[in-house]
Order: sequence, then structure tokens, then C-alpha cells
Amino acid sequence: MEQQKNSAALGMWLFLATEIMFFGGMFCAYLIYRVWYYNEFASGSRSLNLKVGTANTVVLICSSLTVALAVRAAQMGKRRLLVMLLSMTMLLGLVFLGVKGYEWYEKYEEHHIPGYGFNVSDIASDYPQLHIDPRHSMVFFSLYFAMTGMHAIHMIIGVGLFAWLTFLAWRGHYGPEYYTPIENAGLYWHFVDIVWIYLFPLLYLIDRKPL
Amino acid sequence: MSEHVLSSKLYYAIWILLLILTVVTALVATVDLGPFNTIVALAIASCKAVVVVLFFMHVKYTSERLTKMVIFSAIFFFLILIALSMSDYATRHLL
Repeated sequence: MEQQKNSAALGMWLFLATEIMFFGGMFCAYLIYRVWYYNEFASGSRSLNLKVGTANTVVLICSSLTVALAVRAAQMGKRRLLVMLLSMTMLLGLVFLGVKGYEWYEKYEEHHIPGYGFNVSDIASDYPQLHIDPRHSMVFFSLYFAMTGMHAIHMIIGVGLFAWLTFLAWRGHYGPEYYTPIENAGLYWHFVDIVWIYLFPLLYLIDRKPL
Repeated sequence: MSEHVLSSKLYYAIWILLLILTVVTALVATVDLGPFNTIVALAIASCKAVVVVLFFMHVKYTSERLTKMVIFSAIFFFLILIALSMSDYATRHLL
């Protein structure tokens, strides 16, 4: 039994290793362009909503706690607690996605979404000393939407996964002898949390100091 | 994987630590530390990631060494990706 459980976790970690390389490509692109277009990345980063971003990080960390406690509830065979914690995780995931949607809507209203309506004259006039090139700003916002978008897709998959697990847990599928799906979905959720742990400083924080 | 169940107090302690680090990193970001802003932000993020992996993802308590090897090799290959790409782009003006 112990070996079966270890193998299941190992398989999940192999999948997460591929996910690290998947997000790694985008992180690498972000680092290179940040060195090239420093001014546009600094000013673009400062146009993001820091308070909302921090609040969303807190929401995600709380959801990681509920997942960890859910795995524990499954290990101890507490079915009602497990169902409650799984649905709380799902709910926190939806809150995160809602807040993310609000942030994207803010960017839409400011015409900061790359495309035909893209306009960063507001950022350029805020920092005249930086000589902002709008094409370089577009690179920042393209990466911002690609990275947060890919993260959001992972969150949507996670919420779907937890909806399914909540249903099965409610039906009594899981107990101390068998909780592998809960454990593996938990590993997936924590991984998505870790991606955000790095996205948050890279996108929102590293260029916040007085320019 | 953890056959023995961890205390819920440990999970709450980790949760509080993660929240404190989140607030600290958000506050430190507005202070001008020169080139150290990036380093501090990424160091705090890495601390948070390590804590999540070790405790929330039970890697500290697993008896499976292969899992740890997979994690190390994944991080190692990611660092190769970053290091080789960055050394290329950082030295192009020298040619």
C-alpha cells in the first residue's frame, strides 16, 4: 500500500516537472525582456493594482491551507470535514478567478490589453523621464496576460477537479485506505499556488521602488 | 507520502508564515534597495515555495527518494534554461 501511494505521488511529481518547464519558458522570456526593456517593464508593473494583487495572493494561500487540511481530513476518514474543505478550496479558487477577472477588466478599461485599442500614453505621461516605447510596453502586457492567463486556465482546471472530488467525497469514495486522487489534486493545487508565488513578485513587485 | 498524519497546528503555522511573508514582500517592494529589490523579492518567493513543497506537499516526510530526485532535476533543468539563456543575452553586446 505504502509503495502504491508513493508511486502515485511520484507520477504526479513527474507531471509537475513538465509543468515547471512549461511555465519556465514563459518565466525565461519574461526575464530576458525585462533586462532589454527595463523602463517599459518597470512602468508597466507599477500600473498593476498592488492591493488587489496582494489580496489575491492571500486568497490563494488560504486555499492551499484548505487543500492541505482536506488531505489530512481524508487521511483521518472525516468525510463531512473533507467535503467542507474541498468545497471551500473550490470557492477560494473561484474568488481568485473573480478578482483576476476584475483586474483584467481594469486593464481593458485602461486600454492596456495588447491589440488594436492598445494605448499606454497614460503610463508614458506619468513617467516622461523613462521615454516609454509603446511597442516595448506591449511586450510587457502580452507577457502579463499570457502568464496570468495560463495560470488562470490552470486554476479553472483545478476548480473543475475539486468540484468533481467534492462530489465523490460526498458520495463517500475516499477514506484512510484510499485518498490518492485527493492527495494528487492537492499536489496540483499547491503547484499552481507556487507558480503564483513567483508571478506575484515578478509582475507586481520588483519594480515598485521609487523610480 | 505521509502515512502518519501531520498535526493541524503545523499546517496553521505554515499558513501564518506564508501570510506574513506575503505582507513583508509587498511592503519591502516599495522601499528602494537598489539592485537588491529583485533579489529580496525572489528570495522571499523561494522561501514560500520551499515551505509549501516541504510541508503542504509532504516532501519532507516522504520515504520515496525518487520523488526528491524528480523535484531536484526539474529545478536543475529550469535553472539550466535560465542560466544559459541569460548568459547568452547578457554577453551579446561583447561580440
